[in-house]
Amino acid sequence: MKNNIHKPKSKIWMTILPMYLFTIIFIAGPLIYMVALSFMTKKDVWGVVAQFSTASYQKILKPVYMNTFIQSIKLSFATTIATLIIGYPFGYFMAKLSERYKKLVMFLVVVPFWTNALVRMYGWIIIFRSNGVLDHILMKSGLTRTPLKLLYSYPAVLIGMVYSLLPFMILAVFSSTEKMDWSIVEAARDLGASRLQAFLTITLKVTLPGILSGIILVFIPSMGLFFIADILGGGKVMLVGNLIRDQLFTTRDWPFAAALSVVLMIVTSLFIWIYRKITHVKELEGIL
Amino acid sequence: MNFTRIHCIRFTMKNRTKLPNIYLTILLIVMYLPIIIVIIYSFNNSEQSTIWGGYTLEWYHKLLDDWTLMEALKNSLVLGILSSLAAGIIGTIGAVGMTKVHLRSKGIMEYISTLPIMIPEIILGMVFMVFFSLLGLPFGMVTLVIAHTSFCIPYVYMMVKSRLVGMEQSYVEAARDLGASEVRAFIDITIPLILPAIISGMLLSFAMSLDDVVISIFVTGATTNTLPIKIYTQLKTGITPEINALSTLMLIVTFLIVFISNRIRKRKRY
Repeated sequence: MKNNIHKPKSKIWMTILPMYLFTIIFIAGPLIYMVALSFMTKKDVWGVVAQFSTASYQKILKPVYMNTFIQSIKLSFATTIATLIIGYPFGYFMAKLSERYKKLVMFLVVVPFWTNALVRMYGWIIIFRSNGVLDHILMKSGLTRTPLKLLYSYPAVLIGMVYSLLPFMILAVFSSTEKMDWSIVEAARDLGASRLQAFLTITLKVTLPGILSGIILVFIPSMGLFFIADILGGGKVMLVGNLIRDQLFTTRDWPFAAALSVVLMIVTSLFIWIYRKITHVKELEGIL
Repeated sequence: MNFTRIHCIRFTMKNRTKLPNIYLTILLIVMYLPIIIVIIYSFNNSEQSTIWGGYTLEWYHKLLDDWTLMEALKNSLVLGILSSLAAGIIGTIGAVGMTKVHLRSKGIMEYISTLPIMIPEIILGMVFMVFFSLLGLPFGMVTLVIAHTSFCIPYVYMMVKSRLVGMEQSYVEAARDLGASEVRAFIDITIPLILPAIISGMLLSFAMSLDDVVISIFVTGATTNTLPIKIYTQLKTGITPEINALSTLMLIVTFLIVFISNRIRKRKRY
């Protein structure tokens, strides 16, 4: 092992070449171009001029766009909190299952996660639609008299978001709970701590990296899931993602779209940075 | 003094043991509800998707006759195969190299290469769109493959790397001691050991590629439709029962891929 790697003639460095090249050309390159583009000037109708300007960033501060940003962040927060409340107990209970059931539940959680998001959204359309499955059940059971008209509303978008991102939270919480040393909890219990006390002082602290990882894994994608807002919100809910998409395809203001992406990227990186500062962990838990 | 307390707790615990299972079961049912409904309605003999009109295979027949859908299916399969193959090669060689080479740029390079699955998809789609038009690449299959490869590499890379880290180095060392060349030891020892990780990484890449809609929308040309793009435009314009049938087929394909990938990954642990 030791002597052959550092042999002067070793061509082992060539193995990293494809990945280095791909990463530099197709990932770093486009990202750098995005930053450059955000400082360029839009031509009258179509295209850009390489002339330095901060107009795009100033444009973000306009109330209309700020509102979209704030609305988007609000929805992302709501989504994150809801997934945490629903997903934490799931991940926690899942980690306590017997080996056999753990594997089964894991498989069942992962499958919808890999299935087409649009297909699952389509299922919700059938459920939410006026006089759809949900209305039928509610009206038959006498809980409501008129159709709820849930489709194309804010709650529908929220449910769709929570539903699509829940597996991230579950898997993150699960992986940190599973690694937990239960003897610490037992020790605390032996020393007289109640179940709740032991949970609050030990379990919650030990699983904190998982919780934080889950929050990031939910919060970040939630800002860009424009198709959920499109399909379940029917254009009533506007997210940063929808705004970027519209700027690219409809308004054709590419520098503005780039500036929006840069800001979104900064917000995203900030979250990951905070996560690393708090947990001292480099990789997010439960990503694979 | 604690005995009575512990006794009390034990007692309440007995009653509580069922609660977690109920919670898990209910949530799993909710998770599968939309999926099951799509499957059920794909056999629904009624134009209106709210009324149950009996069992039919009509939508599946119509699906096969839909030329544009079949074209989209073909595109999606070609795209999935090409990008998972490219990611498989680049990701595997990259992971092997990264564990052996000591370079200062390694950390930052690893960070940048995994960015595609860390940043919101929309940003990735956006940067690819503007970058490809800067390069003057024709939008279509080529741009789709490059974009999909970029988010498939991290999956292969991370899986192979974790396998390599957990791998018993003594096998490779034994082979080298017995006179095998570096390349020979790699082909005969390392490859078979990391093969399950490569295959499952590639299968998951294929599933991701087959499902992607956000990035594809940005980098596809006017004439190249993939299946998810087709579904997306149909969901926005008007829903036909054929989508149910198509979705069901896609569900089956994904289910099989995840199942096989899990099997391969869990088989043979060295």
